[in-house]
Amino acid sequence: MQASDKVARQFMEALPHSRALGMVLEKMEDGVAVVSMPYDERFIGDPVTRVIHGGAVSALMDTASGASVMCHPAGSVSTATLDLRIDYMRPATPGQRITARAECYHVTRTVAFVRVTTTDDDASRPVAAATGAFTLERPKGAKA
Amino acid sequence: MNEQPPKRSRPEPVQVVKQRRDAALRGLVDGVPYIQFLGIQFDRRGDELTAVLPFDEKLIGNPILPAIHGGVTAAFLEVTAIIELSWSLMWEDMESNPQDPAAVRAFRMPKTIDFTVDYLRSGLPRDAYARARVNRSGRRYASVHVEAWQDNRSRLFAQATGHFLMPLPDDPIDEPAT
Repeated sequence: MQASDKVARQFMEALPHSRALGMVLEKMEDGVAVVSMPYDERFIGDPVTRVIHGGAVSALMDTASGASVMCHPAGSVSTATLDLRIDYMRPATPGQRITARAECYHVTRTVAFVRVTTTDDDASRPVAAATGAFTLERPKGAKA
Repeated sequence: MNEQPPKRSRPEPVQVVKQRRDAALRGLVDGVPYIQFLGIQFDRRGDELTAVLPFDEKLIGNPILPAIHGGVTAAFLEVTAIIELSWSLMWEDMESNPQDPAAVRAFRMPKTIDFTVDYLRSGLPRDAYARARVNRSGRRYASVHVEAWQDNRSRLFAQATGHFLMPLPDDPIDEPAT
């Protein structure tokens, strides 16, 4: 598992868009991925409140979710989002880093199911949560 | 029977109308840093908006395929939905009272309650387009559907539905930290 985790981690860090948003992979192990993103004025969605755009939060959660699929013991060699349903519970506090924790809680032969939650400094009140379905591509020759 | 036709006010010159509408749209779009960060532009034909996302390397999620990041697709659709909803609200104020640009300037963005993205095919490394339709716009809540495509209008690469909270004039600017 060590080798494939390393490959998956390198793959994640090579994603141009995740790099552009300054995402940092905090953890990626056994179907759980934690990815964080700094507050950045370029990501503001509402100039009045200076709260970051929901789209940037979605990008963070999509990235964390994909990473959780890649590090699931099923050993997926590639993944793509099929569906992502996002709930925005409250505005992320301007100036604070946000962190998404994704868990790939079930896989079939071809599909992975993920739950993900995003928090800022106040981890007791989530900023957003999402559930998603992702494609799962098992390595060639692997048993189903 | 030489009656005069009923007096009608002269229609505004076309350039005046265009300038007013384009300025209102710019005011809405240019003030949002994240829209500039992604490079999203809006084409306007009358009240119809088309969002355009010119391709850029930094939008890539999977460098091997290569494909647009799923998060970029979600963000592009959400931006399109919010701007369309804001624009439809602003349009009514602007067209019913063209002499008062203050109504446009005081405008506040709707807030996303939830957003569901349906990924139909991978986003190719080329320009993407999106149009949104406001299915229901109430006093407090709105429901908006968005479709995005690349080469063929009929071959969508993603679609989404979202619910939005409309800001009321007396809402506090900052959500109180409870």
